[in-house]
Amino acid sequence: MYVAVKGGEAAINEAHKLLAEERRGDPSVSELSVDQIDEQLSLAVDRVMTEGSLYDRKLAALAIKQARGDLIEAIFLIRAYRTTLPRFGSSSPVDTAAMGIRRRISATFKDIPGGQILGPTFDYTHRLLDFKLAAEGDGGHGNSLDEDAGSIDEKVLLDEAMPRVVDLLKHEGLIEDERPGDDDDDVGDLTREPMSFPVERDIRLQNLARGDEGFLLALGYSTQRGYGRSHPFAGEIRLGEVAVEFTPEDLGFPIEIGELTLTECQMVNQFKGSAEAPPQFTRGYGLSFGHCERKVIAMALVDRALKGRALGETVEGPAQDEEFVMEHSDNIQATGFVEHLKLPHYVDFQSELELVRKMRRKMARADADNANNEIVEAAE
Amino acid sequence: MIGADAKAAGSDLNGTGAPNAGFDNPVLQSQAMYRKLLGAMAQPGRILSCELSLDVPAPLWPTTAAAALTLLDFDTPLWLNPGAAAAPALGNYLRFHSGCPLVEATGNAAFAIISDPAELPPLDSFAAGTDEYPDRSATLLIQVERLDDSRGVILRGPGIECKQTLQAKGLPQGFWQQVQENHAGFPRGVDMIFCAQNQIAALPRSTQVEV
Amino acid sequence: MTQAAQQAAIPDEQAEIDAGAGPDPNYNFAYLDEQTKRMIRRAMLKAVAIPGYQVPFASREMPMPYGWGTGGVQVTASIIGPDDVLKVIDQGADDTTNAVSIRQFFERTTDVETTTRTEDASIIQTRHRIPEKALSEDQILVYQVPIPEPLRFLEPRESETRKMHALGEYGLMHVKLYEDIATHGHIATTYAYPVKVNGHYIMDPSPTPKFDNPKMHRMPALQLFGAGREKRIYAIPPHTAVYSLDFEDHPFDVQQWEQPCEICGATDTFLDEVVTDDRGGRMFVCSDTDHCTRDQEAAE
Ligand SMILES: [Zn+2]
Repeated sequence: MYVAVKGGEAAINEAHKLLAEERRGDPSVSELSVDQIDEQLSLAVDRVMTEGSLYDRKLAALAIKQARGDLIEAIFLIRAYRTTLPRFGSSSPVDTAAMGIRRRISATFKDIPGGQILGPTFDYTHRLLDFKLAAEGDGGHGNSLDEDAGSIDEKVLLDEAMPRVVDLLKHEGLIEDERPGDDDDDVGDLTREPMSFPVERDIRLQNLARGDEGFLLALGYSTQRGYGRSHPFAGEIRLGEVAVEFTPEDLGFPIEIGELTLTECQMVNQFKGSAEAPPQFTRGYGLSFGHCERKVIAMALVDRALKGRALGETVEGPAQDEEFVMEHSDNIQATGFVEHLKLPHYVDFQSELELVRKMRRKMARADADNANNEIVEAAE
Repeated sequence: MIGADAKAAGSDLNGTGAPNAGFDNPVLQSQAMYRKLLGAMAQPGRILSCELSLDVPAPLWPTTAAAALTLLDFDTPLWLNPGAAAAPALGNYLRFHSGCPLVEATGNAAFAIISDPAELPPLDSFAAGTDEYPDRSATLLIQVERLDDSRGVILRGPGIECKQTLQAKGLPQGFWQQVQENHAGFPRGVDMIFCAQNQIAALPRSTQVEV
Repeated sequence: MTQAAQQAAIPDEQAEIDAGAGPDPNYNFAYLDEQTKRMIRRAMLKAVAIPGYQVPFASREMPMPYGWGTGGVQVTASIIGPDDVLKVIDQGADDTTNAVSIRQFFERTTDVETTTRTEDASIIQTRHRIPEKALSEDQILVYQVPIPEPLRFLEPRESETRKMHALGEYGLMHVKLYEDIATHGHIATTYAYPVKVNGHYIMDPSPTPKFDNPKMHRMPALQLFGAGREKRIYAIPPHTAVYSLDFEDHPFDVQQWEQPCEICGATDTFLDEVVTDDRGGRMFVCSDTDHCTRDQEAAE
């Protein structure tokens, strides 16, 4: 006799055991420490912090370890943890002009006050596998292609004033001015209020900052290929540390509560002008925790593309479509819904089966009737 | 326990003395009260009894206070009728336990407490939401001396199997006509929760009233 | 702020789930913080007051994936109390893996009693089915909803569908259903079959088979719908008229099977098809496992 399948609970428990084993891998290979991940997979940590919306290197490293290196799974762990944290208030806006710079480049000017600073970048490495890194116990500097790297004191570069390149253009009135919104409201938070369209720019930037790097990369790329072209120039990309200040109610003045590493991209885009506005450069903005350079460039492209409607541009590419971009940028939402197809759907499938069978029966009957009619006609 | 730190930090607001205590167990008591509120809203006009031992500032009743503690926080601007607004202990109590901002204009309120139904402003002075967002509308907590569901106006609509009667003592002249107009604006409109000493009943905008 | 005292401890993954030992002390009761519960509770009151209208809410990120019941879980977490008895089903069954996982989540975070018996539950959270046994006024049915907007596949833009609901402009839906009739001779929608609630809003009943639609009509239990990823909550109060869209010449009808359940012999339930071999062998059994085993027990 048939007995309905039971044992979901036991199956889940066994699956969890197998997962723990797989995560650990071969026990004869030494276990990764959270510190090792933090120090040596630091860009993965940066991405998890950025898209997880939580600045905590150790927790991000732990999440990466627990997620077996699946960064979206790690972001998910961080997001779920973040929800449970109480809020004490909003910090003062961080001042990226006062950033302690470690890397800073501008594609729009040959030289800039404070200079171009290459910093820690893959940009001019030759992408040749470095087999020295495969040898264990390399003493920390395995990269033969960059023998001097790692020894410079990055903080040496901090003394000189480094104004933001875009601010230089602002003095001439050549670039659109950007001010905080007119309303006195606090900065919006899409994790605390549902989005409704059209959204304000604060919510848009929050959405993009949390958005999936790959999704934004593809959208940004699509604008370069003509799906909402915006003639971008990388005005400036900077990486470094900024102070975070907070004003406790009972103190009444701001105090420094810590330091963040941020990457910022200010994109400068052409704008031909309209009947009302003279030609002017426009901006796109990207910001991330840690060092997420690809992400902030892509984010700035998409931010600029989404300004299209307000600037009176024809909305023709997906990157310019606010609802499309904002509703699909979140990889935790996306992966949940895409992967939920793994869940049983047999009740709905049964309904569809029944319908398809019914429709096929009906069609077969109709065909048979037609065939009979033809035979009758032929006989006549 | 929730609220413990806040109590220590703000126990003497405006020099008027410590506010009355809130729930002993905010997590479970607000859950229990919410189920009453949800049940009342889901079955308009049905009277639900609430046994509460809450020490509340006049002219608030325990039912009203419990509803307020359950639903209000810093996201919910609150309007108080003049009689309630004139009692500083009440304002302090609500601000202290819920952090809700008090507003002067009825139209800006997400919630309103009307401790004396004689001071109930016209229903259409409160936010009724928009056709696209009818949820952006006020919820009124109206204290009434007595509720009786064996007589009174006849209610019909969602949540009611056939019909339901309801009488609330002390409502102003023309109140039920305003309720009819409120219903006529569906999906826009305000929703009401009547709070008697130990009982509550609700009247959402979806309910038709026959006087 | 009351919230300030709610410092969450780093959860102890090693903490054993010990039935009857009280809720996991690492989390607030039912996981959500109180501010979040209040926000969801307010949204639910509006949802009940405006039957069938989708109330936007600030859905939280839950420790299970979006699309796996986060909306239903947030609704349940906001209403559940220590005296509740919880039943969780997926596809009508208590033992499907995701139902087990959600039930364990609430056992861990609330320590409430759970049950598989429909009539013993005060809260039933479901995905894709309504129990066969009629529900009572003392029960609440919580649906997990993937896409709450019934017009979404006709118009992908929220800004547009919101206008359609505001204006009661539902022509598009009728056109879609009528196109089905023109092409197939009948309406080719078998699940998530749109309904009109209290003569006003068109609503998605979640992907339940249309077989279950008539159960929604004037159901004595309160029905709450949570869509976590799409951040919407909606409701049907008890005894509310829920009408499945149809046409005079093509009235709404439900699925029927030519054979009874092969386990309990029921002829009035939704049947799952179970493939028994690779030569076309199959059998039909109740999707509602509680109903089926109990009918079977009664028969023996
Ligand atoms: Zn059966």
